[in-house]
Amino acid sequence: MLYAFLCCHDEAVANSWSKEEDEAVLAKRHKVTEKLAAKGKLGPAVRLMPTTAATTVRMGGEPVVLDGPFAETKEALLGFYLIDCDSLDEAIETAKEIGRDEKVVFEIRPVKLFAPKGIAS
Amino acid sequence: MTTFGWIDPVLRSARPQAIGALLRYFRDLDQAEEAFQEACLRALKNWPVNGPPRDPVAWLILVGRNVALDDVRRRSKSAPLPADDAISDLEDAESDIAERLDSSHYRDDLLRLLFICCHPDLPAVQQIALALRVVSGLSVKEIARAFLVSEAAMEQRITRAKSRVARADVPFETPGAVERAERLGAVAAMIYLVFNEGYSASGGSVHVRTPLCEEAIRLARLLLTLFPGEPEILGLTALLLLQHARAAARLDADGAIVLLDDQDRRLWDRDLIAEGFALIDKAVRHRRPGPYQIQAAIAGVHAHATSSKDTDWSEIDQLYATLERLQPSPVVTLNRAVAVNKVQGPAAALAMIEPLAEPLAGYFHFFGVKGGLLMQLGRANEARVAFDQAIALAHTTAEAAHIRLHLDRLIKESQPA
Repeated sequence: MLYAFLCCHDEAVANSWSKEEDEAVLAKRHKVTEKLAAKGKLGPAVRLMPTTAATTVRMGGEPVVLDGPFAETKEALLGFYLIDCDSLDEAIETAKEIGRDEKVVFEIRPVKLFAPKGIAS
Repeated sequence: MTTFGWIDPVLRSARPQAIGALLRYFRDLDQAEEAFQEACLRALKNWPVNGPPRDPVAWLILVGRNVALDDVRRRSKSAPLPADDAISDLEDAESDIAERLDSSHYRDDLLRLLFICCHPDLPAVQQIALALRVVSGLSVKEIARAFLVSEAAMEQRITRAKSRVARADVPFETPGAVERAERLGAVAAMIYLVFNEGYSASGGSVHVRTPLCEEAIRLARLLLTLFPGEPEILGLTALLLLQHARAAARLDADGAIVLLDDQDRRLWDRDLIAEGFALIDKAVRHRRPGPYQIQAAIAGVHAHATSSKDTDWSEIDQLYATLERLQPSPVVTLNRAVAVNKVQGPAAALAMIEPLAEPLAGYFHFFGVKGGLLMQLGRANEARVAFDQAIALAHTTAEAAHIRLHLDRLIKESQPA
């Protein structure tokens, strides 16, 4: 089963990391994802710009375009991984490994449709 | 990163909003800072055991307030002290306060805190120092190092600034729209000052102070989170990101200044540039241009160009012309002259800066630019005079060394081959 690992984090905290801290987190994660990639289990990974760069388009009637993220929450979606896991247990273990020593929140969502080129095969 | 390494960044990032809220409760800067400090100590004890609270900011505010209230009770010796356990289990109380401290409250708390730091009676340096100490939580030692003064001198400056703002009587009621806009403008200007102090230091041997630039960017982003639809705050943040993107290329290995024309553009931080452009795109949609947006657009033109030669200098000239209209200033005209030099040549640029001689008589960059233009025109003797004046006005050793390079070249060229 393909799972999406949605990385949610308090954005103010992530923004307050120094470049060194940021790189340390990435390097630490890289060690885990590298192993997954070697097993052919790692799909695309995405890191999003801060929510201050986000624009929200609300449809229904006249579309409304708003500055900022969809939800005004402390914990924002900052990026995601797609990882092939054999079970939910494995997915949970993977999340624990990627996020070790961080205060990140992972929402693990089984993927229904994966169309890397935008076209379902 | 240690097992509990996550706590420090959480406390650091919670600080501005927590102190802002505590200031509203106590109406006293020192008391708010003390209460936050105490709350942090409790967090360091409590969080590793009980895990992180759902809303760390609300936790810190609540604990900070309770601790201070306990303190008052303790002094009056009336009510019995609550056991420490009572405040360690905050789940219910925390969700309650989290609801009451909705985003609009946070917003005005933080804006008020920042606004207090930019009181017009405070000289720029004191504004910056106060904001770095109170809002960013930098230690006096760190700030003293950034300004190259002794710790004692900086301590005294900050204490003086605090007592000045304590007498200032900033109203604690929720501000009206006009007042909020005024505060926002003043705070944006203060953040820009913090960045500038880092971007081009006002003294000493270190020309660029990255931590100050990073801190300014953090404050700008924070402000933007609270005012996501303010085009000028978008512009300010974009400007800081685009300028800071060049940091690694602005000084060479020896700490000497590398001018824009000669910078290795591969060293520019593409992530920061991309984010800057994303923010400009958002700002432009509002169709309310302002000085920060225009300056961001100018920085954006540079960021787009693969070399100085490929730069759209006439676009920059036009952007500066717009900026001159919106915010007339001799410094803006001087910057425009640099673009005019590229488009129309040194004679036109020199004619443009001639009237600036009086208002910019004490400005290092005026003589640097003037000397450069005269040099291009082959007026070596006049160029030398201008460069000498620039060196006399240089703020940092890097600035002086840079001008000396020009002088050396002039001397070399004037000698018969």
